[in-house]
Amino acid sequence: MFDRRLVTHFDWTYLLLILLIAGIGIANLFSATSSWTTAVPPVYLKQFYWLGLGLMIIVVICLFDYRHLEYFSFPLYGANLLLLVVVLAVGRTSMGATRWISLGAVNVQPSEIMKIVIIVVLARYFSDKAHLRGFSLRELVVPGLILGVPALLIMKQPDLGTAMLVLCIGSTMALYAGVQRSAVIFLGLSGLVAVCGGWFLLHDYQRQRILTFLNPERDPLGAGYHIIQSKIAVGSGGLSGLGFMKGTQSQLSFLPERHTDFAFSVFAEEWGLTGCLLLLALYCLIVLWGLHIALRSNDRFGMYLALGVSAMLFWHIVVNLGMVIGLLPVVGVPLPLFSYGGTSMVTTMTGIGLLMNVSMRRFMF
Amino acid sequence: MSLKPAPEETPGLRRRFVISSLIVAGIFCVLALRLWYLQVLGVDHYRDLSERNRIRYVAIQAPRGAIFDRHGTLLVDNRPAFTVSALRQEVDDRSQLFHNLAELLEVDQEQLEQRWLAGQGLPRYRPLTLVEDVGRQSMEKVQENSLNLPGILVEVKPFRAYPFGDMGAHLFGYLGEVTEEELAQAEFDGYRSGEMVGKTALERMFEDTLRGISGQKRIEVNVRGRELRQVTTQNPLPGQNLYLTIDASLQQAAEKALAGKAGAVVALDVNNGEVLAMVSRPTFDPAWFARGISSEEWRELIDNPQHPMTNKALRGQYPPGSTFKMAVALAALEAGTATPSTKVQCDGSIKLGSFEYRCWKKEGHGSVDLHKAIKESCDVWFYRVGLDVGIDRIASAAKRLGLGQGTGFPFGGESAGMIPTREWKKKRFGTGWYDGETAISAIGQGFVLTTPLQLANMAATLANGGTVWRPQIVQKIVDLEGNSEELLRPEKLMETAWPAAALNAVRAGMESVVNDVGGTAWRSRLKTVRFAGKTGTAQVVRRKDDDEKAPKDDEIPYQYRDHALFVSYAPVDKPQIAVAVVVEHGGHGSSAAAPVAKAMYEAYFGVPTEDKVIEQTDTPGD
Repeated sequence: MFDRRLVTHFDWTYLLLILLIAGIGIANLFSATSSWTTAVPPVYLKQFYWLGLGLMIIVVICLFDYRHLEYFSFPLYGANLLLLVVVLAVGRTSMGATRWISLGAVNVQPSEIMKIVIIVVLARYFSDKAHLRGFSLRELVVPGLILGVPALLIMKQPDLGTAMLVLCIGSTMALYAGVQRSAVIFLGLSGLVAVCGGWFLLHDYQRQRILTFLNPERDPLGAGYHIIQSKIAVGSGGLSGLGFMKGTQSQLSFLPERHTDFAFSVFAEEWGLTGCLLLLALYCLIVLWGLHIALRSNDRFGMYLALGVSAMLFWHIVVNLGMVIGLLPVVGVPLPLFSYGGTSMVTTMTGIGLLMNVSMRRFMF
Repeated sequence: MSLKPAPEETPGLRRRFVISSLIVAGIFCVLALRLWYLQVLGVDHYRDLSERNRIRYVAIQAPRGAIFDRHGTLLVDNRPAFTVSALRQEVDDRSQLFHNLAELLEVDQEQLEQRWLAGQGLPRYRPLTLVEDVGRQSMEKVQENSLNLPGILVEVKPFRAYPFGDMGAHLFGYLGEVTEEELAQAEFDGYRSGEMVGKTALERMFEDTLRGISGQKRIEVNVRGRELRQVTTQNPLPGQNLYLTIDASLQQAAEKALAGKAGAVVALDVNNGEVLAMVSRPTFDPAWFARGISSEEWRELIDNPQHPMTNKALRGQYPPGSTFKMAVALAALEAGTATPSTKVQCDGSIKLGSFEYRCWKKEGHGSVDLHKAIKESCDVWFYRVGLDVGIDRIASAAKRLGLGQGTGFPFGGESAGMIPTREWKKKRFGTGWYDGETAISAIGQGFVLTTPLQLANMAATLANGGTVWRPQIVQKIVDLEGNSEELLRPEKLMETAWPAAALNAVRAGMESVVNDVGGTAWRSRLKTVRFAGKTGTAQVVRRKDDDEKAPKDDEIPYQYRDHALFVSYAPVDKPQIAVAVVVEHGGHGSSAAAPVAKAMYEAYFGVPTEDKVIEQTDTPGD
């Protein structure tokens, strides 16, 4: 079933865009962590290895026709749910949250896998059930459960950021599949009520984060510190930036978590608005390109798959950047391809693999 | 393969993609707008905040001015001291760190903990001093073990250094950290907490001169407050140097002669009032204050019954005893109530009413004139002559010799002393003056009180012929370029034209005290330098008159022993220097005080050693 035509139809431009962003990201990590002399191998090199692994994942995924996934989608979903239950029972705890389970040498984060699996399973569901009238409230119960159960399990860990992302990805896909206006209004209103009610269910540190987001000066050395320092870094970048390796906020360590969630702040300080707009354009391009792939895919499963991955990329980018520049509260969401981290890299590349898989098989029947 | 319809076939799908693409682009535009807002509109604000994050202003204390003696000998200086401090933001495990550090420096871990807690109020980025002045070896140990001591750094700070140890401590005074109350005063504008300021004496009086002007450095620090590099530095301007009138070798000789005793010595230049030496014993070590005195050390100084912190040369008030007799003699000769040849028969005592006033020599001096009265310190002669001339004229003469009033010494809270008059007594006690009081005043007891500085001033006045100079201590102030500002302007406080015959008679008596057999200070004479003097013994408690067997000195409890005094000047023919000595509870002026003056003249005139050997003939004297 492997066809030479696949190589011809392989989306090289898209891969180039991905590699460009990841390359800038690695250079940025080199600058952000240059003062760390103890990390062996250095962080940027490790990120380079992860990128290599990510490219292999893309290749492996592209070897198989994504349409086979349709048959495995529900078993995959079931297995992932099981892992989420297991993680709550026996997971490894670090920094107050239980997110990992050890499988021998590898640590697995089931909530991260769920980002991909929810795309696959909803693509399967919506490609079957979508119709011209759009989903009514009653018809949304089943996809709502498919989405709600893992989201609740993840929130329980607690990992508000990932839970929110899973919800956002699912909702985007549902909106695409078509939802009746009345249902949208009803869900919107009940969402609002849920947010107000949910305030009392939130963990204290989560409430702190939201309060501090609304007013960072409330706690400049504690919870507000991240936002304040990040805004200082971004703002002092100015139009053209302070220059590579010359950002004082990052080089002198005033910026916390500058190699992970706040990697963009380092970039913004050193490259200024000019660099930021370029990077923003690249990110915008990979999302729009993803939507384009969805539009041009030759079956509905592929369309929803591409759409879901685009949504995943989009929400990651918007939530991270929104946080870093002080538009959204601090939730631990990495910037795809830019923040250091193997987990994020594997998830992102798996999604991109699926996207390219859809893209290269659009002429195949 | 599934056979679902291609997406293109679904109506309205293309519209959905167009709208969603626009939404995506719109949201990216919002992000871009926000970036423009932060990076273009807010750039100045955020660059300013970023500067404040990383730039710290640190004051560099100026090296304090040095103090020299009149010949340019260095008396007080600065030396670099190694101070072990902690950068609090880099300290994670405090107890482990202090454990390591305490072991390394051989200090108490508890003490480190206390310093840490005491410094909580300081700004976080300022290193907190844990141990001061650790010495080079300890400094090297800390440097070698820096890996085990995260957050610990060694700083170099200038400390006051005293090449002569505790010599002249009362003159220099001491330094201490500026207090919170002081910082609130206008006088201490520009001082920062933790800075050292002069607390007493010269250090305080010339604070503005010695302090210099602090510099400032802008340093770049990282988030933990560690200094990474200096951005700019404005060098401090060192303080100006003080040159004193003190003669270091004379000061040293005086300190040595008075070592182990309590008391004071003052040496003056008789021709202009320059203080050549001023000693108060016991003393304190100013180095304790330079490095920060511990509370135990402070207790030790404050609880000492001999008051080491008090400058007795200025503040100690003592009955002058027989050293007052020159004032009485001058008063009588000036008034004409006595002449140098006035004879009084001394049988060991006189009677006034029912009271008997005794001479120190129980068997009496026989027939006594002025010369013999001074030389052998006959009390009876002065009882008679004093009664004849009267207390008010004695007081007038004493005051014109510089006694009983402040000398105008520039610092130290000088005591005024006391020269009683009839009027004073009336005002103070509301009673009249009794003859008996005149008698005991005439031998420098009773109400009469003087300070060692006043006694030296009196000796200088006798030596120079009647001028009372204001004592001077600072000769000049010299800045770094060597420009000097002369401060020494000899200042006459009073001038009295004593009758020449009177002055000569008194001086001749004083010369005999030291240089003639039978003089009370004959044992302290020098062969090459003739000096004139007068011994004195001031009673602390009145002994019973009928106490037949006077106890030996060492049988009397220390605090009841008499004060020993000696006033003198040298050389007799062309006087240059006057010396006054008070030894608290020293016993007799002849045995305890006069040898101190002798040691100083030896040092001052550079007397060769063979001259110091003088046969020990037991001479009576008070």
